[in-house]
Amino acid sequence: MATAEIVSAPAPSESPPPWTAALHEWLVTVDHKKIGVLYVLMAVFFLLVGGAAALLMRVQLWAPQLSILQPITFNQFFTLHGTTMVFFVGMPILIGIANYAVPLMIGARDMAFPRMNAFGFWSTFFGAVLVYFSFLVPGGPPAIGWFAYAPLTENSFARGPGVDCWALGLIVSGIGTSTGAINFVATILCMRCPGMTLRKVPFFVWVMFWTSLQIIIVMPPLTVALTMLEFDRQLGSHFFDTQAGGSAYLWQHLFWFFGHPEVYILVLPAFGMISEVIPVFSRKVLFGYEFMAAATAAIVFISFGVWAHHMFSVGMSRTLDLFFVGATMLVSVPTGIKLFNWLATVYGGKLVLKSPMLFALGFLSMFVIGGLTGVILACAPITFQVTDTYFVVAHFHWVLIGGTMFGVFSAVHYWYPKVTGRMLSERLACWQFWLFLIGFILTFGPMHFAGILGMPRRIYTYGSDRPWEIWNQLATIGAFIQAPSYLIFAHNLVISLWKGDIAGDDPWDAWTLEWATTSPPPPYNFEVVPTVKSRRPLWDLKHPDDPDWKYE
Amino acid sequence: MLAVLAATTTPENLSTFSPASPSAESIKGLFILVLAIMGGILLLVEGILVYALVRSRRRANREDAEPPQVYGSKPIEIAWTVAPCIVVFVLVLLVGRVLWEVRPDPDTPPAGAKPLYVTVVGHQWWWEYRYDSYDGRELGITTANELHIPVSAPGQPQRPVYLNLQSADVCHSFWVPRLGGKTDLLPGRSNQMWLQANEPGLFLGQCAEYCGTQHANMLLRVVVESPEDFEKYLAAEAKPAIDPTDKLALADKNAFRSLSCVNCHTIRDKQDTRVNGTFGPDLTHLMARKTLAAGMIENTPENLRKWVFSPNAIKPGCLMAGFELNEKEMNSVIGYLKSLK
Amino acid sequence: MPESEAAPPDPTLGIEVRPDVHKVGMICFLGSEVAFFSTLIMAYVIYLRHGSTGPTPDQVFSLPMVLVNTAALILSSFTVHFAEKALHAGKTGLFRVLWFATIVLGVWFLVGTGIEWNGLIRDHGLTIGVNLFGSTYYTLVGFHAFHVTLGVIALSAVLLVSFMGELRGKSPMPVTLIGWYWHFVDVVWIIVFLIVYVVGR
Repeated sequence: MATAEIVSAPAPSESPPPWTAALHEWLVTVDHKKIGVLYVLMAVFFLLVGGAAALLMRVQLWAPQLSILQPITFNQFFTLHGTTMVFFVGMPILIGIANYAVPLMIGARDMAFPRMNAFGFWSTFFGAVLVYFSFLVPGGPPAIGWFAYAPLTENSFARGPGVDCWALGLIVSGIGTSTGAINFVATILCMRCPGMTLRKVPFFVWVMFWTSLQIIIVMPPLTVALTMLEFDRQLGSHFFDTQAGGSAYLWQHLFWFFGHPEVYILVLPAFGMISEVIPVFSRKVLFGYEFMAAATAAIVFISFGVWAHHMFSVGMSRTLDLFFVGATMLVSVPTGIKLFNWLATVYGGKLVLKSPMLFALGFLSMFVIGGLTGVILACAPITFQVTDTYFVVAHFHWVLIGGTMFGVFSAVHYWYPKVTGRMLSERLACWQFWLFLIGFILTFGPMHFAGILGMPRRIYTYGSDRPWEIWNQLATIGAFIQAPSYLIFAHNLVISLWKGDIAGDDPWDAWTLEWATTSPPPPYNFEVVPTVKSRRPLWDLKHPDDPDWKYE
Repeated sequence: MLAVLAATTTPENLSTFSPASPSAESIKGLFILVLAIMGGILLLVEGILVYALVRSRRRANREDAEPPQVYGSKPIEIAWTVAPCIVVFVLVLLVGRVLWEVRPDPDTPPAGAKPLYVTVVGHQWWWEYRYDSYDGRELGITTANELHIPVSAPGQPQRPVYLNLQSADVCHSFWVPRLGGKTDLLPGRSNQMWLQANEPGLFLGQCAEYCGTQHANMLLRVVVESPEDFEKYLAAEAKPAIDPTDKLALADKNAFRSLSCVNCHTIRDKQDTRVNGTFGPDLTHLMARKTLAAGMIENTPENLRKWVFSPNAIKPGCLMAGFELNEKEMNSVIGYLKSLK
Repeated sequence: MPESEAAPPDPTLGIEVRPDVHKVGMICFLGSEVAFFSTLIMAYVIYLRHGSTGPTPDQVFSLPMVLVNTAALILSSFTVHFAEKALHAGKTGLFRVLWFATIVLGVWFLVGTGIEWNGLIRDHGLTIGVNLFGSTYYTLVGFHAFHVTLGVIALSAVLLVSFMGELRGKSPMPVTLIGWYWHFVDVVWIIVFLIVYVVGR
């Protein structure tokens, strides 16, 4: 379908088109590359918004009994912060990068369903707009927490339409995400270039395939739960109305059946990203591709059976608790396999310490901590103590920032030259990396201690008799060290469009197909649809004497 | 670091690392063991990473050609698949043991024990305690925000406390870190929880499941007393409210009875069942409690006056209405409440 | 990308078959629908006999009505199947007749559901807000009926295209995919029927 329309490259235009034309082109585009960029821009915008909310909350918690934020405002902020970071930053930025990279990496000219691709983006975008529209309704945004435990979300406890904006926004953006996932599966299964069997797809593509399957299965239960909530609120049904026999427990099961796989949806693509970066910057092939691939599938399968570890304190039976302990710990095995394979890839390589690798190494050293605190939290009795405390807050930020965000920064620095034809400034990237790393450790490290010392999450303030002040102050200082790093990042993205060095087609001397086309690629990606023989087609090309396909 | 986390045993201490109950102790033991194992793995991984980096950095300066390409190794892969599996297996066994220790079956207290049964009802944003039975005696006492339990000292009969956790509105979670893990209170569901304190003292905690505007100020106070003191407490709480004898106090009481306070609060009284609301805390022995507003402020006459006059000024968003009482009504209400010893 | 000259021809090249994007897309979509209806059905089962007030399933359901509806929907699965076969065999007229029959049966089902709901609401006072049974029943059956409605619209669109003479080939993609969708909706109904009207009574 996509291939038929492409005839030849457009002639370079003499004068830049008027900005209205450019705007129109971006708004109606069905090009996977432009849509990918739109996703990323949306995510960066909401990253700054969600980050601003986080900073204000950190200021409020600086000392006991401050009243910089009203209690209700604080509660609204952590609800929006969580919702934004998960649904409007994490997923869009990962899907956006994949949207750009996957068709290029498999030698395709677009995604399988270009118009549905545009629909997916706009659906996600307007979902976010709908959630933020709650600022304009009576009562303001919802104050329910991102996992919105019933019955706090019912009419009797949340009267204003804020919760409705939130629920409908998530339904709309969830539909967008689902269509995106269907698109990825169809693209990866059907649009690979000749020679690229499923065993030879670049690792990032393989990961996106499994992540998409996961999205397809876990998004609908969330949609159903949100629909039930809306029926309760608007039509008077009783799904979560505990006064009429509805169940607060069912919401938790439905939400976490979505919510835990969601965590892997947020981190698996980052695994894929650094699996592209680490080999290139170690100048070595990815160690143990088959085992990495199997580990990915294993994580996806196991992830469907671990959700209730979010509910250890809810009073399940001991046997059920132990089942979820075992299942959860099992995830650490394939995750460990991945980690060891990355280390083995670095080992014996030739390190090229450019910005993408810097962030990938940040990922390697930080994600392992988040993973290990995850194993600690899988121990149900320990979770009885520290669940719903700052220990958990520290843990999942360590996974989502130490894992996802480091992976995303690595990927953005890796593929920016391909997208724009310009290099990002290494100097700014270095500043960003160190501020980010130090600020991140200082923000979330102390939270482990606050949690162990008994500080629950989601409290807008604490008494002066509580021994948590010092840990909160360290965290707040950390947040303010971290904050500029995001601004430097945004600045670098913009300024390098003009000031960056010309990148050339293949600035990193890399091996996957996206580097075989121009930077930025033409709308049709490849003049001739490439044919490949191995997982690293450009390696074969650069080393005709010792090609990969001999070993695979 | 552990010393910092476990440092003091003052009431302000809420550390999960200074346990004062058998279950909190087992959890601490497990926590430290798992931390140690994870710490070992962390050092191993970071060590390998640093070593690999140093090696590959050296190579970067030396050679021009690409390093040897190593595609993988089955034995190595199997080794680092099996090793974590063993660690996981051991951990699951350890967790299972501790899990059975800290979640005993409340229907069967240990032989010779003197169990106390309390029903805890979570409300936005305070705690209701209904003492059901102690050592086989039916109690039927209702109080709020301050849970008194007997100590279960070594060498004496065990005095386990079994909490039956319920909620009147949204989800809450009962958590006193030094006395053990948390258990949620869900509307429409009863959860069981086992508490047992090794030492007397005041133990603090707070609601651990986000439950609305004032979640942060839904504070928990557990007073662990000697069995004798606990008996005295039960006896005092079981009594009905003091009946005023002098005229002035009677006038105060009548003034209170005529106000809207009675719609939400209960004051147990032998002759008079007018003050029987259940939406707010039971006030029968209000003055026996050390704090107001679910642990937020000390229970002093000045604080009581401020609280009754405008609850929302102290606890914004709280569900108790301040009825803009005039000076005379305020004096009567405070006068009567102060008599509820 | 030009091929490396030293490389021998890959024996797998040229015989690689990639699945059709539309079919894969449809299978993925139906997969997410499975997750969607599974959740709804699970909620129905969990809430069955929960809460005591108001009408219960055994008081309100009249099986004859539902059986006729069910028969209509099952029959429509056959008509859509043979319509596809007819088109494949080049019998466009028969295709249109059978395809139209499918639409009629789908509409029959919807009208039947409407009549049933009318009875439930007027005679038994069962609304979505009356109790948990009402909430789960109308949500589950309603979402199914919504899917039938979408199916009827899609079927009608294909019929329109066929009459315009634009439906080309022996088995055009829309016909195949809508056929799959229709079978799926039918299977969901059989499960819903068994759980709601047979086991759940």
